[in-house]
Amino acid sequence: MPRRLPVGALVLAALGVAFVALPLVGLLWRVPWSRAGDVLADDATLTALRLSLVCSLGATAIAAVLGVPLAWLLARVPFRGSAAVRALATLSMVLPPVVGGVALFAALGRRGLVGQYLDSWFGVRLPFTTAGAMVAQAFVAMPFLVVTVEAALRQMDMRYEEAAQTLGASRGRVFWRVTLPAVRPALVAGLVLAWARALGEFGATITFAGNFPGTTQTLPLAVYLQLESDTGAGLVLAALMMVVSFAVLVGLRGRWLVRGGGAVIA
Amino acid sequence: MSLVADVVVRRGSLDLRVALRVEPGETVAVVGPNGAGKSTFLRCLAGLLPIDEGEIAVDGKVLDDPTLGVCVAPERRPMGVVFQDHLLFPHLTALDNVAFGLRGRGARRREARVAAAGWLERLGLGTCAASVPSALSGGQAQRVALARALATEPRVLLLDEPLAALDASTRVAVRAELRRHLASFDGMRVLVTHDPVDAYALADRVVVLEAGRVVQEGALSEVAATPRSRFVADLVGVNLVEGVVVDGVLITESGARVVIADAGDGPALAVIRPHSVVVSRRAEEGSARNRWATTVAGIDRRGDRARVVLEGELPLVAEITVESLEQLGLRPGDEVHAAVKATDIEVDR
Repeated sequence: MPRRLPVGALVLAALGVAFVALPLVGLLWRVPWSRAGDVLADDATLTALRLSLVCSLGATAIAAVLGVPLAWLLARVPFRGSAAVRALATLSMVLPPVVGGVALFAALGRRGLVGQYLDSWFGVRLPFTTAGAMVAQAFVAMPFLVVTVEAALRQMDMRYEEAAQTLGASRGRVFWRVTLPAVRPALVAGLVLAWARALGEFGATITFAGNFPGTTQTLPLAVYLQLESDTGAGLVLAALMMVVSFAVLVGLRGRWLVRGGGAVIA
Repeated sequence: MSLVADVVVRRGSLDLRVALRVEPGETVAVVGPNGAGKSTFLRCLAGLLPIDEGEIAVDGKVLDDPTLGVCVAPERRPMGVVFQDHLLFPHLTALDNVAFGLRGRGARRREARVAAAGWLERLGLGTCAASVPSALSGGQAQRVALARALATEPRVLLLDEPLAALDASTRVAVRAELRRHLASFDGMRVLVTHDPVDAYALADRVVVLEAGRVVQEGALSEVAATPRSRFVADLVGVNLVEGVVVDGVLITESGARVVIADAGDGPALAVIRPHSVVVSRRAEEGSARNRWATTVAGIDRRGDRARVVLEGELPLVAEITVESLEQLGLRPGDEVHAAVKATDIEVDR
């Protein structure tokens, strides 16, 4: 006999679904569909979309290169102040992105703490450049990767790494051939989450990198700008963003977060 | 040319001191109850845990010596390890698991795979090469783990509870197999186990470890003659019956008949654990297929248990509770019946 489901919880859950679904439906209802074709085919739209993809992928790469070693450090190396480092590593998850952008500016701007040397020694200027947009997105997105990968590294049975060592594997070989494959589902999940966060990033990007079409105006910035000047076009772009994000989450999140999580060596 | 280990490790509540020498072609079993420090000792030999004092050397080459600051990394030691639970890499096939160590020691991908296939073939696993570990049976996984350790051609083979991950029904067969494969490895072997039967079946010599100290060591027969602790008494108290199996009945040299559940004719070693021997005054009817008329030769009370030594055509040791001992009113010289279910008897070949 099937167990009776608690009605109260079901009602609240249904309300929860409605709460997250209604804005999406509302947006789709408001979109002037007759103009969709024109707006989507517009050069400015395609430029913003392309820039969004380039920046978000670049930000994900930065997050991976710096975030995986950071996750490893937090999971495996006991040191004084690790709690503070972990808090720092996840700070930008809770910080308003605009604050993050201002902070980046203070550190990496042309007159910034480090930025002034980047400029005078290497001629590197990050603010108001595509590279700057990537840095801003990576700053906001990296914690998602760090948190996911760190949890997997902690859960992993380290005896597999010892077994690899006794088989003559160097530290590097153990990491690439045993550790990474063991946390692969979590790594992929972390990459997807970080990428999705970077794709939707607005506040830090506009503060640190500005809003220049072709170099720093990503899709979320374009949406914001269009809503000011041409509401219909803005709504079409907003719908585009929602559809893209939704498709990515449906396609990957279900696969890597739910089923993939079980494949972590525990 | 031998393994010489003099290990002192203090970690938390464990204070471990073990000195051990193993010659090529010899298997030494380190036995002891859980928590005695057996696995810690093995981890020290493998280089996974630094020692605090002492020395570990293989063929005269020093691997550990804290006073000289020597501690050779695990990947540079001439040792192969078969781990408890096997620890096969779950994302690699059986073939790639075996090839892993060869690759780590500099072999090219192709030659590593060819050599690995040879090892699988040697251990009768040719058909499993493409299987991932989750698709292997416990016995197969154990053999893959052995092949993986042997493929690097170590001087010393370390086995950490190699049979513990198996269920009772396959353990007997895998143990016999393991004994054959160990015999073909000419290096030094150290086996860690909590199961006395493993030590009996696989080792030339035992070192009994309790609470971090060696309480007894020597050839099995020596240890059996003078057990020095409860654990050792249990160890040697296992009834071992040698004989030849004909039609499901093992017949000993003295003519005693032991019905076993395991089919297959030929010479065999039956293991009857003392707690599975039922002692009664009368020859009762029951499901036990083995009954022998015996005489009580001695009674040894230890705590709430008593070990009853029985003489007759099949000498046995039975372990019963003190309550049953008193209920039966057993005295030396009493005639009693001993019964054992055929399914309670492990058979080793």
